[in-house]
Amino acid sequence: MEQITVKVGLASCGIAAGAEDVYHKLEEDLAQNAGAFNLQRTACIGMCFEEPIVELHGSNLGVVTLGRVTPELIGPLLDEYKAGKLPSTNVILAEQHSAPRNDLLANQKRIVLQNCGVIDPLSLADYEARGGYKALRKALALSREEIIAEIKDSGLRGRGGAGFSTGLKWTFAAAAKSEKKYIICNADEGDPGAFMDRSVLEGDPHKVLEGMIIGAYAMGADEGYIYCRAEYPLAIAHLKVAIAAAEEKRYLGQNILGSDFSFELHIKEGAGAFVCGEETALMQSIEGKRGMPIIRPPFPAESGLWGKPTNINNVETWANIAWILLNGAAAFRAMGTEKSPGTKVFALAGKIAGSGLIEVPMGIPIRDIIYKVGGGMKTEKPFKAVQMGGPSGGCIPAELLDTIVDYDSITATGAIMGSGGMVVMDSGTCMVDVARYFLNFTQNESCGKCTFCRVGTRRMLEILTRITEGKGELDDIGKLEALATNIIKGSLCGLGQTAPNPVLTTLRYFKHEYLAHIEEKRCPAGVCSALLKFEIKPDKCIGCTACARKCPVNCISGTVKQPHVIDQSKCIKCGACFKTCKFDAITKA
Amino acid sequence: MEQDFGKLDAIISAYRGKKGVLIPLLQEAQNLEGYLSRPVLKYISEKMNVPAAEIYGVVTFYSMFRLVPQGKHIIRVCKGTACHVSDADGIKEALIENLKLEGGQVTTQDMQFTLMEVACLGCCSLAPVIMVDDQTFGKLTPQAIPGILEKFSF
Repeated sequence: MEQITVKVGLASCGIAAGAEDVYHKLEEDLAQNAGAFNLQRTACIGMCFEEPIVELHGSNLGVVTLGRVTPELIGPLLDEYKAGKLPSTNVILAEQHSAPRNDLLANQKRIVLQNCGVIDPLSLADYEARGGYKALRKALALSREEIIAEIKDSGLRGRGGAGFSTGLKWTFAAAAKSEKKYIICNADEGDPGAFMDRSVLEGDPHKVLEGMIIGAYAMGADEGYIYCRAEYPLAIAHLKVAIAAAEEKRYLGQNILGSDFSFELHIKEGAGAFVCGEETALMQSIEGKRGMPIIRPPFPAESGLWGKPTNINNVETWANIAWILLNGAAAFRAMGTEKSPGTKVFALAGKIAGSGLIEVPMGIPIRDIIYKVGGGMKTEKPFKAVQMGGPSGGCIPAELLDTIVDYDSITATGAIMGSGGMVVMDSGTCMVDVARYFLNFTQNESCGKCTFCRVGTRRMLEILTRITEGKGELDDIGKLEALATNIIKGSLCGLGQTAPNPVLTTLRYFKHEYLAHIEEKRCPAGVCSALLKFEIKPDKCIGCTACARKCPVNCISGTVKQPHVIDQSKCIKCGACFKTCKFDAITKA
Repeated sequence: MEQDFGKLDAIISAYRGKKGVLIPLLQEAQNLEGYLSRPVLKYISEKMNVPAAEIYGVVTFYSMFRLVPQGKHIIRVCKGTACHVSDADGIKEALIENLKLEGGQVTTQDMQFTLMEVACLGCCSLAPVIMVDDQTFGKLTPQAIPGILEKFSF
């Protein structure tokens, strides 16, 4: 019989969920019983909600994937698999059998993620075995114009969010006349709720490198940078290993694969500034300066890093390049819609059952992403909105769930495609609070260069805060709209130009929630604590006094073993009692 | 007392003369003591021939640079969207309470822990999440906090 192979998903999510303990247990078992099975590392297969995940290969059962594995469980489950029995518990995916999560994967289309969770990301041989660096060999036999034409024909649009034609961008950089040119990979994935790029870099770093090497060749660049946020230590570690391995096999460095093309690649770690995801700020940061955006034109394609022509694409865009070159523009166009061909990777998070990483063809309705690929809602609370595009994006309500995923349809809703973060919200999420959350974020991250962004977002945040505290007035809505318009007009970069989007979309689709806060001093979702009333249910309170001891203003009274009472006139609505009570005796509404 | 800049010298000489090195240099220098003290910044300014004001400008722009001594362990509370809608605030409150931090203080009296926020750790499916040094803890409740802190106490 074939040797059994055991693959453990060791990406950041898996590790955080305890996958390393499972891996170490398997190592111990292997030490005691050498040759019992092959043990391999892999990265993220995307089903983060089922982590730690272990994949079993090699018995007559075909590939079986186990979820929520613990060190105690793995031994018995593996024994069952070896004996030719489908493990009795924890199976999430099975190649030849029905399994609870099979459908979720069946509705995906994986190009960018084709190797993620399949190969050992630290092994160049694994990548090559899956067709890696074939596209580079093909590219070196083509002319630069032919490569750019292929990318242009594919219709690939920038996956960082703005959706500009990648082929066109390459044309500009290629046309620039200069001895020295740079290319950059933007891996400063800063949107809260987005982790697509992290997973690709952790799970398949060579795919990004191959795309960049092809791009450098096509545009005539001999030096490149990957600007990665420092919060992704594992991604940076994998990139370093990948670069060293690629250099050794002459995919990188001098005279690549014996040609006269040379390309040197460096990693730059970010230092914690969201605005550095903006291309001009990013280049300032690489140069060692404060990461503040500068006026365009000149565009980076003319004058970018150190004043030289520069092309910047994000991780997912680069990760598409090798596939397109290998399979052709027509094959790429066969997926997705006319104006947005190909696939898109999304990070599903929030109140959705199947949170994690997915890749779907463009053109799929958002409804299908949530219910067919994401497994529906996490709890019984109904769907309320999905937030797309992070702090630059907006909230799409239930009535627009049939909107299809392409750049233009999403933009029409007031949200943006963004880099791929999708945070699902249910009836327990307050939309005013969500808007305030994002404004707080952009306000913190504004670099301060443009007055409207620096001061305007602060004023918007103040207004939103007072609305959530029940101190809002009716004309606050008009003030928010006026500030939003001016911030959009008066800001130099994308951060400011899009900062009001979360407020504008929630005002457009959830105005009634704003009005409930302002006119009725009520938070319909029960989130804004200043608008809630905390009460003790006498029939549930056992008089343990825990809440009274916790209350910071001593407004809870009662004798031991008797129901307690909250003095509403003194209550500051901090919610400490609600969190302390172990008997569900305190209500908030 | 004259400070010994031996280790810092080694870092500086590895970077001197190269372009765009200020940020990585400062990152490495910070790793020595966990923060960038005034003498260290002045020393870098002299040796690299970069005005101290420019260095200070860079250091205060990026959130990872720290100008005061830090606790032995750094606790990062994720404030990403998914964590926010899963009560990251409650987790932060529990940390403040268990660490006995008062009045906006971020480092414990005994210099064991420093508490900070981070925009997003990218483990959204495990929300709410915190990171202690380089270990991530997910699916947290306020009740789980004391147990985690205990693991890092000496």
